[in-house]
Amino acid sequence: MDPILSMTGIRKEFPGVVALDDVAFRMFPGEVHALMGENGAGKSTLIKVLTGAYHVDAGNISLNGSAVRFAGPLQAQQAGISTVYQEVNLCPNLSVAENIFIGREPRRLGRIHWTAMKNRSAELLRRLDLDIDPGRELGSCSIAVQQLVAIARAVDVSARVLVLDEPTSSLDADEVATLFGVVRTLRDQGMAILFVSHFIEQVFAISDRMTVLRNGKLVGEYRASEITPVDLVRAMIGRELATLDELEPPRRRSGAGQAPVFAATVDLGRKGNIEPFTLDIREGEVVGLAGLLGSGRTELVRLLFGADRADQGSLRLGESTVHLRSPRAAIARGVAFCPENRKADGLVEDLTVRENIVLALQARRGWARPLPRRRQEELARSFIDRLRIRPADPEALVGNLSGGNQQKVLLARWLLTEPRLLILDEPTRGIDIGAKAEIQKLIAELAEDGMAVLFVSAELEEVLRVSHQVAVLRDRAVVDRMPNEGLTPDMVLHTIAKGEAA
Amino acid sequence: MTVLRSLARHRLFWPAAVMAVLLALNVALTPSFFSIQVRDGHLYGSLIDILRFGAPLILVALGMTLVVATRGIDLSVGSVVAISGAVACLWISELPEQNSVAGVLAALGIALGVALVLGLWNGFLVSVIGIQPIIATLILMVAGRGLAQLVTGGQIITVNSGPYRLLGGGYWFGLPASIIVALGMVAAAALLVRRSALGMLVESVGGNPEASRLAGIRSRRILVVVYAWCALCAGLAGLMISSNVSSADGNNAGLWIELDAILAVVLGGTLLSGGRFSLGGTVLGALLIQTLTTTVYTLGIPPESTLLFKALVVTAVCLIQSPAFRARLSRRRRPPAPTAGRSQRDAATEAEVTA
Ligand SMILES: Nc1ncnc2c1ncn2[C@@H]1O[C@H](COP(=O)(O)OP(=O)(O)O)[C@@H](O)[C@H]1O
Ligand SMILES: [Mg+2]
Repeated sequence: MDPILSMTGIRKEFPGVVALDDVAFRMFPGEVHALMGENGAGKSTLIKVLTGAYHVDAGNISLNGSAVRFAGPLQAQQAGISTVYQEVNLCPNLSVAENIFIGREPRRLGRIHWTAMKNRSAELLRRLDLDIDPGRELGSCSIAVQQLVAIARAVDVSARVLVLDEPTSSLDADEVATLFGVVRTLRDQGMAILFVSHFIEQVFAISDRMTVLRNGKLVGEYRASEITPVDLVRAMIGRELATLDELEPPRRRSGAGQAPVFAATVDLGRKGNIEPFTLDIREGEVVGLAGLLGSGRTELVRLLFGADRADQGSLRLGESTVHLRSPRAAIARGVAFCPENRKADGLVEDLTVRENIVLALQARRGWARPLPRRRQEELARSFIDRLRIRPADPEALVGNLSGGNQQKVLLARWLLTEPRLLILDEPTRGIDIGAKAEIQKLIAELAEDGMAVLFVSAELEEVLRVSHQVAVLRDRAVVDRMPNEGLTPDMVLHTIAKGEAA
Repeated sequence: MTVLRSLARHRLFWPAAVMAVLLALNVALTPSFFSIQVRDGHLYGSLIDILRFGAPLILVALGMTLVVATRGIDLSVGSVVAISGAVACLWISELPEQNSVAGVLAALGIALGVALVLGLWNGFLVSVIGIQPIIATLILMVAGRGLAQLVTGGQIITVNSGPYRLLGGGYWFGLPASIIVALGMVAAAALLVRRSALGMLVESVGGNPEASRLAGIRSRRILVVVYAWCALCAGLAGLMISSNVSSADGNNAGLWIELDAILAVVLGGTLLSGGRFSLGGTVLGALLIQTLTTTVYTLGIPPESTLLFKALVVTAVCLIQSPAFRARLSRRRRPPAPTAGRSQRDAATEAEVTA
């Protein structure tokens, strides 16, 4: 069988980085091809080169045997290559149907044919087995739904090649299953699907072929049946697994024991957001929050940070009872918060790595007491070294960094304020195993030094690996709290699921 | 070659280039354009005139830059110009001795005080009440004209005060005082913004308001400061304009200056979508607009078409500044050939794509 798409000798440079160097990649009709690699390996760049979002510096792309070079994603789409980018690029203020048809609205007499649009999108969503009201405003849907809408949009144009850049990083298990169902259907219809994900099991579950990139170079192409997960990981990180073990967090101490409680809530809550909950976090203790997407994890931590105001109950931080009216008030009491949505709520993409790192500290000092430029550089450099931020350039624009490095910049921003309680909402989402292990290890070290940590993650294994205590959320309420001794993912899952059928 | 290329990438390259073209055009038409004479110890010449008549616009645009950097806009600057001139002239006209320095200083102080209050009002509407800047400042844009009329009693107030005339029409150290005041304000602004952390915090709030709030920045306070500063600059410009003609015209003073100011800010490379700003760029943008006005006169373009001519040049600058447009132009000129040197420009187009 001939490949429908083949790329050879691809090279792409950014100022100071060679993102892709002599990379080859091919896709066959009726196959799911996984593109694998750590953060910053060049996966997104390869995809953008393919779709014409970036121009290549060297190399050839051929589609169906003839050489092509797209001037932009629109052209690529017209040629049959549809893409869903890692960052959902839709219009939150338009409806689901409008988003699906934006730019190619069904028309009658030159005017948009709204009924046709609504009917066609309803039909499409039904075909993809998605229970979404096409008239709903997209911004009011969860990130997961938005992601699925983006996929629906891509599938609708008669695509022969479908590119999915980390489509599952914000989906829960059910939604992933839905997505995979869609992907298999499309594959069986002869579509070639490029799939990027950091979840190894998912990759083995869905793909027929894999290509591994490392540091912008091609490591190899494998058939899924020929390679084991261990070999795949080894190819991705270029180290032996023995060293990977070193990246595992050091064994947790048995618990914070009788260390003083730093943060305690009594029936703290907010109507419509999260039911009143009672929770305490000791110094040096990691509390993990487990629960499904939409179970209220983010809503809970936002109350502790003053990002939303509680309307009932009380909160004690350190020695005093506080009513947090703003994040600033929480920061003043030693609370730090890395939000779930790095791009929207965390980083200022126009600013440099240095500026993003010193931002919270500078905000606390106020505008009249600037940190001298030299001091800012020292601080930025020390965190770039300590957290291994790449590229190691304080003046790089944060918007150009890969996800894992952006997360590290956010962590650096908060560590600089020397917090006593660090809240991490999905800090490892969309991040490769190496960076993930580094962050987990960092959490263990910080707790060892006496910091209280509240850790939110959709991955139960991860929650169990890092936390001393696990709090379980269901339907916007804290339903259980247990010490992490002998807990297994199944037990937590059981608590999450318990009573759901009722 | 690389020096040239990195020069061309500088964000002020294109406005500067257009400026150079305009100046060259003027020299070609009026050979004495660049010459500066000394008469009675004062400097005279076309360049001096451009600076002098451009001074109020520089001031207004200077204030506008910070507002735009926070994703805002201030439409009320024209009204503030009129009000501050009117207040000063009213105060001076009621003085028993119009040439009293103390009296004039008091007038300036009161006028600037009023401007400051108006700026705080704008800042309050935008940051505390949360009205969209364009609407919030539209209120004062419309109501402010009425206020200015009220102050002047619907008439043009004329004054005859030597000290007051100094600000807009006098000379210090051989230079028009207005130039020195404008440059002084530019320097003060640059110091204020880059020596304190204000610049970075403003860019952060403009770049991502929610992330800034979650990082603990008091964005409300920053917004209030920025609108107050903008009105203060406009107030000073109003004093300059009214002092130059020794009168206050509530109806026409500062009319449409907000549009020129916004244009100057944009030409100077500050995006209306907020974030990074450039004070130097704004000054260059303001001077570009003023030079354009001067050029229109020297070219002898009939007054009916001046606006059209201005619009054409401005459109050209905006287009040429747009990376997407330049990429399209050069792509048309030579077919795509993969060379290492292209990656830079691509990065620029990518910025457009992702924006
Ligand atoms: N627009 C850009 N400007 C500069 N560097 C970039 C840009 N996009 C990506 N890079 C760099 O290229 C490398 C590859 O990034 P990327 O393709 O996003 O990796 P992945 O998707 O595999 O995580 C990284 O070092 C990243 O910092
Ligand atoms: Mg990526």
